[in-house]
Amino acid sequence: MGDDFIWMAGGPQGSGVDTSANIFARACCYGGLHVYGKREYSSNIKGMHSYFQIRVSPKEIGAIVDRVNLLCTFDAESVVRHAWEVAPGGGIICDTEVLGTKISGIPSLPSPFFEEFNKTLDEKGIHPETVGDLLSEVKKSNVRIYAVPYLELLKEIGKEIGEEQLSKITRMINVLTLGVSFGIVNYEQKYVDKAINMIFGKKPKIISMNLLALNKAYDYARKNFKDAGFDLKSVETNEERIFLQGTQAVALGKLAGGCRIQTYYPITPAADESEYLEEKQVFEPEGNMPAGAIIVMQTEDEIAAITMATGAALTGVRSATSTSGPGFSLMAEGLGWAGINEVPVVINYYQRGAPSTGLPTRHGQDDLRFAIHASHGEFPRIVLCSGDIEECFYDAARAFNYAEHYQTPVIHLIDKALANSNKSYKMFDPGRVRIDRGQLLTAADISGKTYQRFEFTDSGISPRLPIGTPGAIFWYTGDEHNESGHITEEPMMRTRMVAKRMKKLETADREIPVEERVNFFGDEDASVTVVSWGSPKGAILEAMDMLRKDGQKINFLQVRIPHPLPKDYIEKVLNKAAKKIAIEGNYSGQLAGIIREKTGIPMDYFILKWNGRPMSADEIYKALLLITQDKAQTRQVLTGGS
Amino acid sequence: MALKLADYRTHVFNDWCPGCGNFGILASLQMALADLELQPSRVAIFSGIGCHGKTPHFVNAYGIHTLHGRVLPFATGAKLANPELEVIVHGGDGDGLGIGAAHFVNTGRRNMDMTYIIHDNGVYGLTKGQASPTLKLGVKTKALPKPNINEGINPVTLALVTGYTFIARSYCYDVVHLKETIKKAIKHKGMALVVVQQWCPTYNDINTKEWYNGEDRIDPATGKPVPRLYRLEETGYDGIVHNPDETIPKTLAALAKAYEWGDRIPIGVFYQNEFVSTYQERISQRIADYPGYPPAKQVIADEHGKPVTGIRKLLDELKVTG
Repeated sequence: MGDDFIWMAGGPQGSGVDTSANIFARACCYGGLHVYGKREYSSNIKGMHSYFQIRVSPKEIGAIVDRVNLLCTFDAESVVRHAWEVAPGGGIICDTEVLGTKISGIPSLPSPFFEEFNKTLDEKGIHPETVGDLLSEVKKSNVRIYAVPYLELLKEIGKEIGEEQLSKITRMINVLTLGVSFGIVNYEQKYVDKAINMIFGKKPKIISMNLLALNKAYDYARKNFKDAGFDLKSVETNEERIFLQGTQAVALGKLAGGCRIQTYYPITPAADESEYLEEKQVFEPEGNMPAGAIIVMQTEDEIAAITMATGAALTGVRSATSTSGPGFSLMAEGLGWAGINEVPVVINYYQRGAPSTGLPTRHGQDDLRFAIHASHGEFPRIVLCSGDIEECFYDAARAFNYAEHYQTPVIHLIDKALANSNKSYKMFDPGRVRIDRGQLLTAADISGKTYQRFEFTDSGISPRLPIGTPGAIFWYTGDEHNESGHITEEPMMRTRMVAKRMKKLETADREIPVEERVNFFGDEDASVTVVSWGSPKGAILEAMDMLRKDGQKINFLQVRIPHPLPKDYIEKVLNKAAKKIAIEGNYSGQLAGIIREKTGIPMDYFILKWNGRPMSADEIYKALLLITQDKAQTRQVLTGGS
Repeated sequence: MALKLADYRTHVFNDWCPGCGNFGILASLQMALADLELQPSRVAIFSGIGCHGKTPHFVNAYGIHTLHGRVLPFATGAKLANPELEVIVHGGDGDGLGIGAAHFVNTGRRNMDMTYIIHDNGVYGLTKGQASPTLKLGVKTKALPKPNINEGINPVTLALVTGYTFIARSYCYDVVHLKETIKKAIKHKGMALVVVQQWCPTYNDINTKEWYNGEDRIDPATGKPVPRLYRLEETGYDGIVHNPDETIPKTLAALAKAYEWGDRIPIGVFYQNEFVSTYQERISQRIADYPGYPPAKQVIADEHGKPVTGIRKLLDELKVTG
């Protein structure tokens, strides 16, 4: 076992995969380990396969790798799907009951799965009929099989807790396998107990039931699987750390950033953010201020979500809406209204596999161009993209500054891999968040003056006044308008008004410092430059570390604000690179296209992936390695992940 | 200084067709605002898209001319953020009952304390006279190549079953009745709907001023036209829910009245119920400070731009070490 250890739980949706993964991850966090977790689930409520991969390490990690050390299965399907992912020296926990299950008889495995699976079997020249046969084959690559009689153990536990009803005790399969996992890796039980207490919260009966099940399974594993060869050790740390998923980071950033109205229509994977905000809607009073609160409004559709948030923003409040691709498609018209009326509204846009319903619960980065171009006509907007969960927090707060300063919609692009992954971080610092409300006026500022909402200025930015302010009256309209907001179709006014609005984009391009728009990592003098955006960041950084260990120099330009694109800076970096590589979670290399449009510089290589699964550090490493060895095709398509 | 009618007028040139029913609605609105002496800066007039959409530009109050069909969520957002605003929403029949029907329904459920005035003339005027969702089945107005193939929506019945707590109908030519109805709607605690029967002199050649006046129906005794509109209150009808037990019977009575059309069309208040909690009250149940410290009034940063939102407790909930 190297530095890190990867545990994976797989089972039908609704069987507690998430809960067990959360407990596993927390127990590791409590023991001072760093954790990165990736959640994969189907668009289904109960029964379809889901899994959760938890990678732990004494060092901070920001990506997944193509390897599992200990696979913890709840059912036959999970064994069949993931058995080959287990690395030599690793192990598989399964129910003794599934060993006899015929692979071809597992009803939830679809035919495209078998096409791939049978290909693998043919390559290996094996033809297992049952799950047990398959495991015997897997065993040959030095993988241990830990077959556990789940039901027998559960019945014993049931007796001890006075619960004989089968449907109730089988619900504890997740905790049972968790106990076996921790027993096998010989992890300190006190951390596991703490995690159980945390997860089951205020339900003492549930806590004691689960603790009992867990301890029993733990002891069973210690007794029966003594020579497992794993030893997951806690490490000492004094660092204050948090463990959270992307949607929580966005929500917290929005709160710190002063968001007070949030609208949403239920959609995966965005809705978790709104639900978290609603649960935490009343804040702690700070100093002698009254306790503030955010209103979270579930609307009838995303059209109402964007227009309601926009209506709220007219009163001077910071407001936002959260959605995913299908919802943002519906928001296009509302976005245009906010654009022509210069309304600061923030859209937190969680991409998933697209177009249309696409892959509702799976990862994708297909919507960068859509975010930049959605809605008819031309108006300024700012698009910012977070690359990891910590950036999600600070970016979510910063989005409001851009929106208010430039009085225009801001689209904060996130993706499913960020939304549903969780990670341990050093405590975030809300003190780093700064609030810039731009030119937001009050009644006192306009006293005795004539106020015009869309006054022409050099920067294109007109001082803003909330509606309802005494001492002024003005109008908003989605029609072209004059400075006071009345409809006009006069050609001169139209010419000036469009230019005024577009001017704000130039102002933003001039004013926003490059440090907020890109991150640069790696060797200044490298001849290989990777360009990317969004969640591949973590996997790219890890792949770069591997390459640098091989003695290869490489650098990485992470674009955080693709619109307005910091083209001068990008041009400077790319001009130094002999090999320019775009890494994106889409088919066409959308950012690469935008860079080429703005700088004229084409990429030499593309590493692309659109199978609905996030990129792993291993697959990026392999793809980059081929490029550095001059063995790569111009386009490499990654297909990893199950 | 007392506010006068002139204080609610703007100098924007009014380009509605001569004889448009909107003039009566605009005048009634301005008179209602003057009667109630509402400070123009406290009032926000929202509109959708269509001929009615220009209404805010002619009123000296904060005016927000929004998107086709989306006026209700825009207005809801503003009212939610700043409940001190007097929010008056204007919409068209196509705007609110065609493209915006989902918002019409869901706005009823929320019972926000706002006023919604529908300019109902049965046609899409600004696109040259297509049938609107309120035009009755089989009616052929002059711009239609064939008679209307769809049944018309009745906004009063729809409002009754979707949670509106004040539902009235009035008439664009009866400015005093309309003004008084708008005033009642503004004063109502909850979501108020005023459907205004309005003629379109350019495209609706069926439901004309003469038709509403009953000029095709001469009383043989008096030799005078028998108007199609009659006032509910003059028949002893009382749509007000005086105690919560009356909710269902009054709703049913209002439904029966709402189905009247043709030769006898009721105007006035069909239904009013102030026993239903408003959205503002519901929010206050969750956020005690909401009425006094609504979103639009909240301070989010100190003078140095430092956030004042206390998220430390939330971060602590996520803490795993240290």
